[in-house]
Amino acid sequence: MTRRLAGIALALLLLATIAAPFLAPHHPGERFPDHLDAPPTPIRIVDANGTWRRPFFYPMRIANRLERRFDEDRASPMPLAWFDGGRLVREAAGREPFLLLGADLSGRDVFARLIYGARMSLGIAVTAIIGAVSAGLLVGGLAGARGGPVESALMRLMDVLAVLPALYVVVVLRATLPLVLDASAIAALIAAILAAIGAPWIARGVRAIVSVERTADYAEAARALGASPWRILVVHLLPATRGFVVRQATLLLPVFVLSEATLSFVGLGLPDWVPSWGTSLREAADVTAIAAFPWILSPAIALFVVTLLVNLALGDRASDPSIS
Amino acid sequence: MLAYLVRRLLTTILLVVAVSSAAFIITRLGAGHAIVIELGLRLDQKEIQRRMHELKLDQPILSQWGSWLAGLTRLDLGTSVYYNSPVAPIVGDRARNTALLATIAFLTALLIGIPPAFVVASRPGSIAARVIRATSLFMLSLPSFVTSLALVMFAARTGWLPAGGLTSSVAGMTFSERAIDVIWHLPLPVLALALPLAATFERLQTQALADALAQPSVRAARARGIPARRIVWRHAGRLAIKSVAGVGGLAFGALLSGSFAVEAVTAWPGLGRLTIEALRYRDLYLVAGCAAAGTTVLALGLLVADLVIAWSDPRVRDDLAGNRVEVPA
Repeated sequence: MTRRLAGIALALLLLATIAAPFLAPHHPGERFPDHLDAPPTPIRIVDANGTWRRPFFYPMRIANRLERRFDEDRASPMPLAWFDGGRLVREAAGREPFLLLGADLSGRDVFARLIYGARMSLGIAVTAIIGAVSAGLLVGGLAGARGGPVESALMRLMDVLAVLPALYVVVVLRATLPLVLDASAIAALIAAILAAIGAPWIARGVRAIVSVERTADYAEAARALGASPWRILVVHLLPATRGFVVRQATLLLPVFVLSEATLSFVGLGLPDWVPSWGTSLREAADVTAIAAFPWILSPAIALFVVTLLVNLALGDRASDPSIS
Repeated sequence: MLAYLVRRLLTTILLVVAVSSAAFIITRLGAGHAIVIELGLRLDQKEIQRRMHELKLDQPILSQWGSWLAGLTRLDLGTSVYYNSPVAPIVGDRARNTALLATIAFLTALLIGIPPAFVVASRPGSIAARVIRATSLFMLSLPSFVTSLALVMFAARTGWLPAGGLTSSVAGMTFSERAIDVIWHLPLPVLALALPLAATFERLQTQALADALAQPSVRAARARGIPARRIVWRHAGRLAIKSVAGVGGLAFGALLSGSFAVEAVTAWPGLGRLTIEALRYRDLYLVAGCAAAGTTVLALGLLVADLVIAWSDPRVRDDLAGNRVEVPA
């Protein structure tokens, strides 16, 4: 039950990234100059006088510009505008901004950047997973079906690649490729590098399964009926790897999302102005900023939630240390 | 056993040479070089040529790689342009810091992760067991990157622990003061690294104990009236060693990957930070040196894990002893 719920939540999360422009109250690049490092704004239903009202919020007004200290303006409750201008919920036009998770150093909406960042971070991860699965199926399938020296050469290579610490490989590859590109090229490049890192893990398992299935009666029967080696591999043998591939692909999701975040955190990933969980966390590299404005760590919580959902969805099999 | 050791050492050396060579060639092929940053405003073609020649960077890539390999045999890793000093001591220093962090994190993970597994195995379904299972699933989902950020926030807000670094870099400390200072800086990065690994160990160990308890010999023992708890504890040591050592090598790779993120967040002066610096400045010899040192640390971790398996399991030990014929003369 828990596993199914977690799987559904994960799927919903991925779908929600498509609806980012609807869910986010503001454009991720919009700056609110009077709200640099403003704290989160809670949604309220009871006002200062104790009377119940429709959901509203108290705007944050700067109390001390030097210390970036804010006070709630209890005197002027602001109504929330639902389904206004194609957004789910935001402040009424021309009023003080509604910053659910506060603002960052440049006065941008942390919540909006979190949602748009999910688009970039999860998008890169899912693209990379598709790449890793395709490459892994190809290499593992060929090695398993062909056997012989091709198999041992390919698998030795995969073993060596799999044993290397993934993050180091990602960083070295990324750093030696052109650093200054436009954002979509960088995103594609990161996805490609991650796919290359993930492929050996898929390939090793696929090879093991295919080389066992190859000797099974049904494969032999297909061969006797005159099926070509490719047909046997694609139609008969690879479907046997489905369970393994789905599990492994799910396990790769948090690994890839984390890799992108770490890469962007150390300044080798996406440029600062592109919202992603990694770029949003860059401000957290400053210890005093973490201490004073902890809400900039929201993307870190998102990383935790994704990892937790994957672990819950996979149940006890999630502890497989073969990938981390 | 000796033959096995020799063979393993040979593959280790091969791995180190292959990986660092790959890093060398990839970085060499990539654009840009540190001397452009070093020369800065004095940037003119003649000066670049002179410095390139001095650092043997104007040679073709293969001969450059060859002379680097020749240096490697003498443990001479070339000169870092950025630090303007030999690479080997810098890299050695940083590798030691990373190895220190990884080793202590590994031991901490064992300490936190293994004992709860016995509770789960001896009283499955009890409240304690459920709490442990839920906690370990929670910790398993805390990537080191996330935990280190959270711990830095905690340290910075409470001031109970230093928020980063290896030392407080105060001059004139005695050795014992320095040691205490380092120990004070350890909990934060160590915990960030150890928690997910401890959860992995708990899950593996619980599984190993459950498998062991399902064996006929155990059923026989239980039939004679020996309580499950005592059986669990009797199998304890050896099973713990086997289940952990079985993934020890992989865990070590994961630790290095994790320490990369932790070093970046907590400013721990290890290999990860040095690698980023080296790559950012396109410091060719430093990159290759980092790769060599990192692979050495990793390979030693793998070797130790395999030796522990061999030592703990007589069957593997005998296999190894009989393997002498396979070693090339």
